[in-house]
Amino acid sequence: MNETEVKTNPQGDPITSVAAPPSATKKDPHAEAKRQKVVTPEYMFHEAPRTKEFITGSEAAKEAVRRSNVDLAIAYPITPQSETMQLVGVLYGEGYVKEYYRGEEEVGVMAAIAGGSRAGVRCYTATAGPGTLRGLEGIASWPGHRLPVVAMFTCRVVNAPLAIQPDNIEVSYLLNCGMIVFHAENQQDMFDFTMAGFTISEKNDVTLPVGVCCDGFFVTHARGYVRMQDRGIKLPPREAWRGAVPVLDAENPPARLSRDAPVQKSNFMAYNIHAVWQQEVWAAVERSRKYINKYMGGLLTAENVEGADAIIIASGSAAAQSREAVRLCKEKGLNVGLIKVRSLRPFPTQELRQLCAKTKLIVVPEFNYVGWLAKEVATAIYGYSKAKIIGGPRVYGGQSMPVELIVDEVESGLTGKKSTNVAMSQIMGGTVNPDDVAHFMRSI
Amino acid sequence: MATTQDTRERIIVPGPAGFHPPSAAQLGVSLPDPGQGLFYGLLEPNEDVVIEEMARKMLTSPNATIFPGPLLLWAWNDHAVEKAKATLEIAAQIPEVMIIPMPDYRPKYPKIDPEEVINPNHPNLTIWGNKIEACIFIGVHCHYANLTLKMIRAGTNCCTMAICAEQGHEDAMLTIRDSDTLKIKRVAQIFKKVREQMGIKLPENGQNVRFTGTQSKVHGGQTHTNPMAFAPTPGGTGSAAMFGHSAEQMKREG
Repeated sequence: MNETEVKTNPQGDPITSVAAPPSATKKDPHAEAKRQKVVTPEYMFHEAPRTKEFITGSEAAKEAVRRSNVDLAIAYPITPQSETMQLVGVLYGEGYVKEYYRGEEEVGVMAAIAGGSRAGVRCYTATAGPGTLRGLEGIASWPGHRLPVVAMFTCRVVNAPLAIQPDNIEVSYLLNCGMIVFHAENQQDMFDFTMAGFTISEKNDVTLPVGVCCDGFFVTHARGYVRMQDRGIKLPPREAWRGAVPVLDAENPPARLSRDAPVQKSNFMAYNIHAVWQQEVWAAVERSRKYINKYMGGLLTAENVEGADAIIIASGSAAAQSREAVRLCKEKGLNVGLIKVRSLRPFPTQELRQLCAKTKLIVVPEFNYVGWLAKEVATAIYGYSKAKIIGGPRVYGGQSMPVELIVDEVESGLTGKKSTNVAMSQIMGGTVNPDDVAHFMRSI
Repeated sequence: MATTQDTRERIIVPGPAGFHPPSAAQLGVSLPDPGQGLFYGLLEPNEDVVIEEMARKMLTSPNATIFPGPLLLWAWNDHAVEKAKATLEIAAQIPEVMIIPMPDYRPKYPKIDPEEVINPNHPNLTIWGNKIEACIFIGVHCHYANLTLKMIRAGTNCCTMAICAEQGHEDAMLTIRDSDTLKIKRVAQIFKKVREQMGIKLPENGQNVRFTGTQSKVHGGQTHTNPMAFAPTPGGTGSAAMFGHSAEQMKREG
């Protein structure tokens, strides 16, 4: 080899390796994605055949994104609660997601997602715990800007000291943003809620972001059976021109009629416009009910509630534990039903009023300290049910929830047998019964 | 005159509804399904009933006005142009009607000219300024239409109507949905039928649209015009200037 034939890198070092010879059999990594066929949401959700696979929640989210015709996904994969965005990156490599990159942190990610949605493309991201709160300023602005987005929140501890264990306290921060909020119990819910979320969020009369929450770790890292449609089909693309607001198009003069920020030019009318703007966001949340009923089969599911003496109301992983608690209660001769709340925003107020009208006891187990679901339930059914509401049991900081805790609350509520717990509702109400505390201390 | 035989209690009626009334959604009003309409907040299975009531209100209320929005005013595509022309057919059936555009959604500062435009951030100023007691919104993006309708109901006595290309508007007193070119033309035909039933005649010279003061100045002092003379042609002729909204004004408002 003479000197002129030596190839070097920019630093002048000789390159000793040689490029692999072009292969006649090299496959197009996007080939499968290119063959995907668009189907209607109605076919996708109600008619398409499904096959069952045993996968993690993160993988379920990935498979949902694969079938959702996503244009843009932006990752800041907070460690280690969810590998979802890493897996969505694989989809980008395979051509199922058109654009994908890693943001610098959650503020940037949520802002960039807003930009993508304003520009008219279908956007997806996921975060967890402290990441959710860091991005919350941007997230909370999405509804007001009427931005269809699907964001996954794989809940973990947010309080100091930080931890990576599941605790869904962050859901309480999302409930009042004006976005639609679903709470997934398991891997199947992660799959279904994510896909339905895209469809619902982009309906003209909704045009809102959808948050799909789950109790991280339990759902994201654990495997479960998920029934999925064929990966060769996908949802229709976003029709941004049908949105409730015009898309941002900086290249054409009508961009000037876009979404200037009226509320920041303060005068009397600015307050008025801001007020009706908020009314409109929440009206859009209300309008999503019919689509949740259509594509997800309802804001809640109910099991054995007709004539039940007690009803356990739960969401997320607590619903799974509660289902087992119902079985144990039945062995004890207790007639107990279960309501699993799937949609937290909009909240199934009318449904709960109807289902809880005649029961004697309601138990609301939760994976957080503050009991946000118990408060929601109590507010919803106040004046419509005479049931005693026990806000608990509650576990937090990453604890798992022994089923016996739930059974104990039901049994004590129905029979008067002393609970080995002190129900959180009693403590928070400032009416701690010393006898209960004494009993609790003896029990431990 | 009585405009309906329906005895149900109406929910969404001309205001002023108050300082900050609940939205229609908060009052339990939900949007109609295809083929249906909303009749003062009540679900009306037959949208033609709603359209007939729209016609009666526009033909009998002082200073009735059509507010076309950006989806009609700008020639986004040929379909938008066709819908704009069909909307002018509605205007052509209403004697003394005014047409005031909503060309964009940015607030007009330092002060809106109510004879020039209406704006979703302070729509009541245009309603008050022209003493409008019935109006039709058409071609406005739904979010901004909803803001506008809420504010008008809160602060004015105007009967609001929305001809919507999507799913309709709860906060309008009368609304229909899925309004493509064909449906807008059908609305014009129903307006014609109702007008003839009521014995209301159009001016023989066809100039039934009344200019606002500002519009009159732009048109050399002319007070009325024939709306069909403004019908745009396909191919990008829809522009701000078409509706008396010059590029210079756009710059000023920025």
